[in-house]
Amino acid sequence: MTSSVKSANRPGVGWALLFVAPATLGLVALYLWPFLSTLLKSFQDVPAFGPATYVGLDNYTELARDGAVWQAFGNSALYTAIVLLGVPLAVVLAALIEQAGRGRTVYRVLFFLPVVTLPVAIGMVWRFIYNGDFGLLNYVLSWFGIDGHYWVADPRFTIYAFAAVGIWMGLGINLIILGAGLQAIPKAVYEASALDGAGRMRQFFHITVPLLSPSIFFVTILTVIAALQMFDLIFIMLRSVNNTALADSKTIVYLFYEKAFVQFQQGYGAAVAIVLLIVIMIATALQFRLQRSWVFYG
Amino acid sequence: MGERRTWPIHLLLVIASLIMVVPFAWQILTVFKTTPEVARVPPTILPQEFSLHAFETFFSTVPFWSMFAVSTGSLVLRVVGQVAVAALAGYAFARLPFPGRDALFGLFLAMLMVPSQLFLIGQYGLIRDFGLLDTLPALAIPGMFSAFGTFLMRQAFLNMPQDYEEAARLDGANPFQVFWHVMLPMAKPTLAALTVLTGLYSWNDLLWPLIVSPSGENRPLPVGLAGLQGQFGTDYPTLMAGALICSIPLVLVFLLLQRQFFRGIASSGLKG
Repeated sequence: MTSSVKSANRPGVGWALLFVAPATLGLVALYLWPFLSTLLKSFQDVPAFGPATYVGLDNYTELARDGAVWQAFGNSALYTAIVLLGVPLAVVLAALIEQAGRGRTVYRVLFFLPVVTLPVAIGMVWRFIYNGDFGLLNYVLSWFGIDGHYWVADPRFTIYAFAAVGIWMGLGINLIILGAGLQAIPKAVYEASALDGAGRMRQFFHITVPLLSPSIFFVTILTVIAALQMFDLIFIMLRSVNNTALADSKTIVYLFYEKAFVQFQQGYGAAVAIVLLIVIMIATALQFRLQRSWVFYG
Repeated sequence: MGERRTWPIHLLLVIASLIMVVPFAWQILTVFKTTPEVARVPPTILPQEFSLHAFETFFSTVPFWSMFAVSTGSLVLRVVGQVAVAALAGYAFARLPFPGRDALFGLFLAMLMVPSQLFLIGQYGLIRDFGLLDTLPALAIPGMFSAFGTFLMRQAFLNMPQDYEEAARLDGANPFQVFWHVMLPMAKPTLAALTVLTGLYSWNDLLWPLIVSPSGENRPLPVGLAGLQGQFGTDYPTLMAGALICSIPLVLVFLLLQRQFFRGIASSGLKG
């Protein structure tokens, strides 16, 4: 086919615009404009009724002095740090599943169950398991002579209790993404190293981890972004049952929800959201910087 | 590696699987217990006195079928809308040149990176101003447009051979016919992946439905279930029954369509 025939048959620009029009209208009206209005509102005092007034950086200075905001960011950071432990766990499990032969699908299905269960339902089940008086967890711990706690009623433990559920819920997705990465590693690499007498442990650390590192990096990025946005578990385990531990256990997104949609202080809520955006951008940029030292692109 | 023993691997995986399954098993056992039995210390494993009161309480206090209809209806609207809008735009971004295409696509990519909370205040304002609060469309509308979906579809079309398209065009097909009859059928795996991802997200979402259904009318399952917990905070058998019944539909769909679910999740991983 000659290029002149090709260009003669090129569709006009009109068609292209028709194709992108619905997506572009939606993007502008429901994403770009809301984003800009959040940015604008973060510099305004927005009462529930009546006109907004421009207040400069007031929301941000107030936010910087608000102990509740610092606590929420601290809680989210702690939650994220613990949930990150789920990544190495998922790498080990993915490698085990890859070698499990026939049972592979069964394991994948079992680990995936929490992903297809309503997060609200998961929160309810775990709140029951964590119950300090008659919960399953304290009962199991008692077999080993360990004294239980009020895991979700005592603010010293809530974030840890949430994070354990966060790891449990996230494994299924991480295993699928890592599993796809594992399947891309040529079997010949393992066979060659087995001939050289490498055991499973050596293969795991010297072949699997380096060759899988791009997938591990991607899973880490996703995990951090999702963990910084945790909302459902705290809403279900604390808010909907008026738990007194709520005051000390709020996460960033929970605080944002409360300010913007319960107290309807949308200017202040918008400022919280903007700070969340900045935190996520910094966390992601930091990981891209760090990846140079550990991600291996073969 | 065929000669290596696999039992240590299975042993470790079975232990890990138990941790995945025990919470669900405990939930199911609890559903059939009476409320006083649940509060016993130490807990009973099997129900001592088999009871179905949890199901009765749940169905008599919660409009399950209307919540189920709202969840399903908004899911269908959102999935069909998003797949259609994203496939059209993705095709244009991959194959139909127009001035400013790269800049516009850059805008989509930029929005892809912004966390969803940044849009909520503005989206809520629009839904409220259009008088759509507490309606089914309110649940679905923002999710019908997705930078991620557009991106995923563009990648799919970029990776397809040009030959079929050229041939159809020489036969006199207009761009929509080429898209509909030639390209879309080849994109089926990606369409399935996007359907699964969007459906999963729509079904599970709590925050957005919470914001746009203030009166409690037209509530989807997650919001209704959260309300049940507020009402029956300590009636654990009823709560576990509600959590079980509301979760079962998607779990069943997953068991039927495992392959599509796994492929959908894996393809979201490929964007990295």
